[in-house]
Amino acid sequence: MSRSQLPQTTPGSNGGPRTGRQVRDSVVVRFAGDSGDGMQTAGAQFGIEAALSGRDISTFPDYPAEIRAPAGTTYGVSAFQVHFGSQDVKTAGDELDVLVALNPAALKVNLGDLGLGGTIVVDRGAFTDRNLKKAGYETSPLEDNSLAPYVLISLDITALTLRAVEPFELSQKDAIRCRNMWALGLALWMFDGDKDATIEWVANKFSGQGGVADANVAAINAGNAFGETAEMPSIAAGWTVDPANLDQGLYRTVSGTEALAWGLTSGLAASGLERMIFASYPITPASNLLHALAKLRSHGVVTFQAEDEIAAACAAIGASYGGALGVTSSSGPGVALKGEAIGLAVGTELPLIVVNSQRAGPSTGMPTKTEQADLFQALYGRNSDAPVAVLAPATPTDCFEVGREAVRIATTFMTPVFVLTDAYLSSAAEPWRIPDVDALPDFPVTFRTDPDGYHPFIRDPDTLARPWVRPGTPGLEHRIGGIERDAETGNISYDPENHDRMTRTRAERIERIAQFIPAQTVDAGSESGALAVVGWGSTYGAISKAVERCRADGLAVSHVHLRWLSPFPHNLAELLGGFDRLIVPEVNAGQLVHVLRARLGLRADGLNRVTGRPFRIREIESVIRAALEEES
Amino acid sequence: MTPATRSETSAKDFASDQDVRWCPGCGDYAILKGVQKTLADVGASTENTVFVSGIGCAARFPYYMSTYGFHTIHGRAPALATGLKLANPDLDVWVVTGDGDALSIGGNHTLHVLRRNVDLQILLFNNEIYGLTKGQASPTSRRGTVTPSTPRGSFSNPVHPASFAIGAGARFVARGIDINLKLLTEVLKAAHEHRGASFVEIFQNCIVFNDGCFSEFTDKAHAGSMQLVVENGKPLRFGPDGNRGLRFNPRSWKLETVDVGPDGVAVEDLVVHDETNRALALLLAELQPPDAPMALGVLYRDPAESYHEAMLAGVPAAGASLSDLLRTGKTWTVEG
Repeated sequence: MSRSQLPQTTPGSNGGPRTGRQVRDSVVVRFAGDSGDGMQTAGAQFGIEAALSGRDISTFPDYPAEIRAPAGTTYGVSAFQVHFGSQDVKTAGDELDVLVALNPAALKVNLGDLGLGGTIVVDRGAFTDRNLKKAGYETSPLEDNSLAPYVLISLDITALTLRAVEPFELSQKDAIRCRNMWALGLALWMFDGDKDATIEWVANKFSGQGGVADANVAAINAGNAFGETAEMPSIAAGWTVDPANLDQGLYRTVSGTEALAWGLTSGLAASGLERMIFASYPITPASNLLHALAKLRSHGVVTFQAEDEIAAACAAIGASYGGALGVTSSSGPGVALKGEAIGLAVGTELPLIVVNSQRAGPSTGMPTKTEQADLFQALYGRNSDAPVAVLAPATPTDCFEVGREAVRIATTFMTPVFVLTDAYLSSAAEPWRIPDVDALPDFPVTFRTDPDGYHPFIRDPDTLARPWVRPGTPGLEHRIGGIERDAETGNISYDPENHDRMTRTRAERIERIAQFIPAQTVDAGSESGALAVVGWGSTYGAISKAVERCRADGLAVSHVHLRWLSPFPHNLAELLGGFDRLIVPEVNAGQLVHVLRARLGLRADGLNRVTGRPFRIREIESVIRAALEEES
Repeated sequence: MTPATRSETSAKDFASDQDVRWCPGCGDYAILKGVQKTLADVGASTENTVFVSGIGCAARFPYYMSTYGFHTIHGRAPALATGLKLANPDLDVWVVTGDGDALSIGGNHTLHVLRRNVDLQILLFNNEIYGLTKGQASPTSRRGTVTPSTPRGSFSNPVHPASFAIGAGARFVARGIDINLKLLTEVLKAAHEHRGASFVEIFQNCIVFNDGCFSEFTDKAHAGSMQLVVENGKPLRFGPDGNRGLRFNPRSWKLETVDVGPDGVAVEDLVVHDETNRALALLLAELQPPDAPMALGVLYRDPAESYHEAMLAGVPAAGASLSDLLRTGKTWTVEG
């Protein structure tokens, strides 16, 4: 929620327990604990309950690279953030309204993100001398008055949970693991959340595990009941967040990874191809796409866990050569390894989709943290002149449409297509109005079967694409490879003029794509003016909200968000040229801004923060305001 | 492998219209001929056959075939062929590679394509040298090999391709020689017939950079006494008139060379080749002249389910509606 809005109090209604609650447009809650404490589960379920009750949501998990770092340490803290509201929620939230911290380390790591006056729910039972020391506290923050600027709700959640699950005779370890559900039960009470879906989920998840399911349900109910009956501090008595005004339709929540998996699969169906071969090698944060697609066998998807990144790229290329849809996926370090193979797909002009879930680098960097710093790699990260198509989804739900678009372009233009998602988009989730997939347009592939006049590098005059021939087709036997090919015969060629011609043709073919994609539009604001904020990828939510707030105050600022980074939409130079000033926020040291200057000759200023986290709305908002003040 | 679909083809039908650009006298010519003859003999079709290669002299092979062909990048042919086979399992896919391509830059892929048992014929042209890059030591070069990159002689021990393949879990491992067309085509036919990954090491002479490196068992003068062509169910016997043989020494756990006949060992005491015996295959693969003959032919053959059969079982063609899928899990309706 915006700090500038004063909390309101609901007019006293009929004396139910919900009276006295403040009404808020939106609230940001973060669940934090040890990486073994089940914070991802608690947060995800909280998000689903909020969505099911009609609120708009945006969720974001934040977890360490270590699977189980030593318990109680700051580097083992795992968190899950949920932003939900009655208005259009576009980011996971700038600052927290409520922090649920199940141990001292979780409090220490996350307190800086809590707004002044925000609410902290801690498990007092975990604030032992040992845990305090592990977290680096010399005195207990629960007792040294350091939390005075906040509303502190200190509860012995450990003891309350143990009591709640006592009848189920679990081991001490299993019993304590129910703390996340107790905390979730309380949080659901604080925000009028329902708990039915979670109870159903728990029953499924732990079915067949004796009393574990019952104990988890008991913990949820106990946490919920505690809120009802305990004398909570008045300001922490919970808030009411009204349902959002979403368009009519059937909804679900979806993460960027799920949406991309489904988008690629929908694209596969639209192309009419029999099969997708998805080849990848495990790497954070890209592996979830492999997991999501591995579930889609019944939709013609074959997933291949290759021996390394290079093999994954090559297997995908082999699949495309064989007439299937070849897709490979990784994060930046893995894409670096795939570079030579991608060049082979450029040279042999085969369809290939390369998904890069960007993470903080260079090298191993911060594997679970987000970044947008592989744009240069996608555009230029191969030997020689090796142009490819590059597009980037803006939001988790946008990943669906981008997945389809990647298939359309790869198969229509016989080219590698990069999809640049990132650690944030991959794991962030939001409500999605489920599209009528059967009504979406098809873009059927036609394999060439006619031998008459054929050679492998004969081209379609419009797209400049060469024909796609499935091996097994009689009369069209041919050889292709990484050696330069003669433009007139397809045979290997070292002819100087031919190489120049082929190099230009490869570039021109990518540029032709611009004739087959929508013109660039303005997301918000006028189509020319003093200032445009130009973004790409997952900065969409933060830029969009920042521009919206500034425009609400009457400032003349527009938002232009690029899905297509190669080629640029045909009208981009003209559109951006209509603004006096361009600001380009990116979670990198300045890549799109560089390309806009170099390729379009535009003056543009970068707004760059590379913290491993998404932009905060206010970081962009303040830069817009400062820029417009300079002007006036 | 794939059932024959066309008859009455000759070796020439499998030659492309491109000029062959290997050095005159290169062993690759003989292998090319052997492969073309094999394809004709088994009744293969040009449209259903694909040759996939990496980089190196051997990797130019696909350009000289009238089949489908893909000349890829260094070491990666097995990975690319795996994707191809998953995309279209009906194709008859051959991988042509060399010692550097398969065992140095592509060593990882060779390991995995074999352990997965991808249904491919993998022909490794072993000449113990890098030819295309002009004569550097390769992973199969013997220790002490002097080349421009190893002027003091190579300090690396060589890898033995057939042993590597057996260790990697290959279910078919065989050996042939470039200049022995009869043996080569027999081995290639067996490889083609085998379902799963068929690994064939072909000793190939590089006339420019490593001429005569296999002469101690390929020269006509020594071939009879230094080549052991194994046959399933037959005693391991070689030499003029079969006067030499291999006996298992249980103390050293080795195959030892013995004289056969009235003054030597009885034929019954020789090891009988069992091509499904992996331990025996490894012993055969490790034999090195001059102390022992070079074992040739099908050293190991023990078919198992191939990769695509397991991977593709139950995968329908795409086209099922995603509509239901997108509605799985929790959904809710927003009323207008």
